This record gives sequence, C-alpha cells and structure tokens, in this order.
Amino acid sequence: MKVVIMGCGRVGGRLAGLLDDEGHKVAILDLDDYSFRRLPPEFGGTALVGNGTDEDALKKAGIEKADAFIALTQGDNRNIMACQIAKHIFNVPRVLCRTYDPLRRELFGSLGIEAFSPTTIFAQMIKEQLLKEKPEAEKKAK
Amino acid sequence: MYIIIIGGGQVGYFLAKALLDEGHELLVLEKDAARTAFICNELGSVCVRGDGCEMATLEEAGAGRADMFVAVTGDDEDNLVSCQAAKHKFNVPRTVARVNNPKNETIFRKMGIDVAISSTNIILENIEEEVPTHPITHLLDIQEQGLEIVEIKIPPHSTTIGKTVKELPLPAGNTLSLIIRGQQKPFVPDEDTVLEAEDQIVAITTPESEEALGTALRGS
Repeated sequence: MKVVIMGCGRVGGRLAGLLDDEGHKVAILDLDDYSFRRLPPEFGGTALVGNGTDEDALKKAGIEKADAFIALTQGDNRNIMACQIAKHIFNVPRVLCRTYDPLRRELFGSLGIEAFSPTTIFAQMIKEQLLKEKPEAEKKAK
Repeated sequence: MYIIIIGGGQVGYFLAKALLDEGHELLVLEKDAARTAFICNELGSVCVRGDGCEMATLEEAGAGRADMFVAVTGDDEDNLVSCQAAKHKFNVPRTVARVNNPKNETIFRKMGIDVAISSTNIILENIEEEVPTHPITHLLDIQEQGLEIVEIKIPPHSTTIGKTVKELPLPAGNTLSLIIRGQQKPFVPDEDTVLEAEDQIVAITTPESEEALGTALRGS
C-alpha cells in the first residue's frame, strides 16, 4: 500500500516506521527536517520537507497514486484541510485524520473523513484502567 | 442582519467597522486577548475572545441565528474549518472566507464555502491593471459558471484593426459584450462591427480561453 503521512511527530514517525517495516511504501511530510530524527534509522521510505496543505508538496510526496493519506500534525484544522484536499482533489481512497477536539471530530466524521480524537480515546482508556479491578497478584501482595 | 466575523486582524477590524456603520448586528471572535480589548475599546462591545473553530464558542456566539458568517483570519485552514462548522453544524445561510494562498481557492469552493475571496489575487489584479502594457485586465470572475469578464485594449498598430468581428478567430464560448471607443457612447458590437485602434473591448471568456481571445483581438 502507498501511504502519505503528514506530520513527523512521535505518532507520525512511529507509524511511518511500522508501515515501512511491513513493506508498505511510505512518504512522510513535515515542515521541519529536524523532525525526521524520529524516524527509525532503517526507515526506507521517503521523507520530504513540505507543507501537507500545499498541493504541490503533496504531489511530490506521490499523493496522486497514494492508497491512503494520514494527517497527524498538531493542528486540527490543518489536519482537516489536508484530508479534504487529499479526499476531494486527489481522490485518495482512504483518508485518516487526527483531531484533538472531539466536537470537530464529530462534525468532520459526518462530512466523510475518518477522524480520530485522541482526547476521547485516551480519556476513556485512562478511566477504564483506573476503575477496573486490581489484578489478583497485587491484591495478594497487600 | 446578524453577522459573525472570525478573526480581528486588520481585515476583521475594518470590516466590522464598516458593517457597524451600515447598521448590522455583529460579533467578532478573536483569539488574542489584547486584540480583543483593542477592538472593544474602539468599536464597543462587539468582540469576544474565543476560537472561531470551536463548536462551543460558536454556539455561545449565537451561530445558529447568524445570517452570515465571515472568516478572515490569516490562516486558510482556520477559515475553511470555521466556515464548514458554520455551514454544516449551524446552517448559516451564507459563508464567506478569506483565502490567503490562491492555490486553496479550489478546495474552498469544493467544500461548499459560498464565497472564497483570495486577497492575493485581488491585489495582483489591481496591480495588473496599472501595468499599461498588460494585454488583458480582469474585471470580474463569475465563479459559479467558471466565466470571467475581461477588458482588452486594441494596440495602435494591431493587425486586427479594420477587421470585422466575424473575421476574428474568437475562441468558442467567448462573447464580446461592449466596445468603449474614445469619447463615444459605449456600444454593443455585432458581427459587422469594424475594430479600431485603441478600442477597449469588454468580453466574457473563460480562464482557459482568455489567452486565445487576447491573441484573436490584438493580433500577433
């Protein structure tokens, strides 16, 4: 699968490494080439300095032939806009978007973008972890 | 009319001022505290600090009853997202967005923003008009139909002088709508109208065929 990732932060860099490791063709974009330090040393994909909301930068990353586009920058709006460009201008079949704001996730989810809110997911996870019963071993230790 | 403006920068501030003068009810949403205070001092309490992309803020701002929504921040992605929220979440009838990077105009239109105004393009067009040798001046874009109205001036020694309109190789779908000639009253040309030097011709064309139209009218 050909994948274009926008944003080489912790999540972006790690995802790029995982996909590359499994043999997918990965291109990752970031505004700052210093971010590429997060890629694993054996990363065999393409790392490009460029703005993921800019059509020319996306073309350089091979968006026209991509099977998936994933937006993982810090800015919700930037992620949403890039995903809309990927989906509606370049007709990328799968478009995934990180939106910290749960309400924005809801809105753009209903507008056809696969959006994830780490805020909701993580809060839920922490809550479950906190409230679930302590493992047996720990109980015995007391 | 109730109008919500996102972004209290230069554009937002002067727009708010102009719209208040016209008697509209309006609210400016601005992220920066100092800027918010400045606008409130100058224009009265029409500015609230808040992020125009947050649904909760928009709800509080009364986006549900807004007649018009204008996003004029310096960031295209913020303008796009807040206009989409206004349109799809709050059903605001008319959304207007400022586009800073002209390349983004297409995506704004595709995403259903009613009016996308590219400030960069407007400045370019205005400067273009001031360059006397520029062959084609853009007067107006008719975005929905993909048409534009342009003005073309016939140069003094053009090979097309003395020809009639029907002799010109006009691109398909182009219409000459008006000729302005010296001090005469402007007139609508027909196919037998003969071109003269210094004629100013107002024509309807498309972005793809405007160059061919320029060549047809001005000769090679």
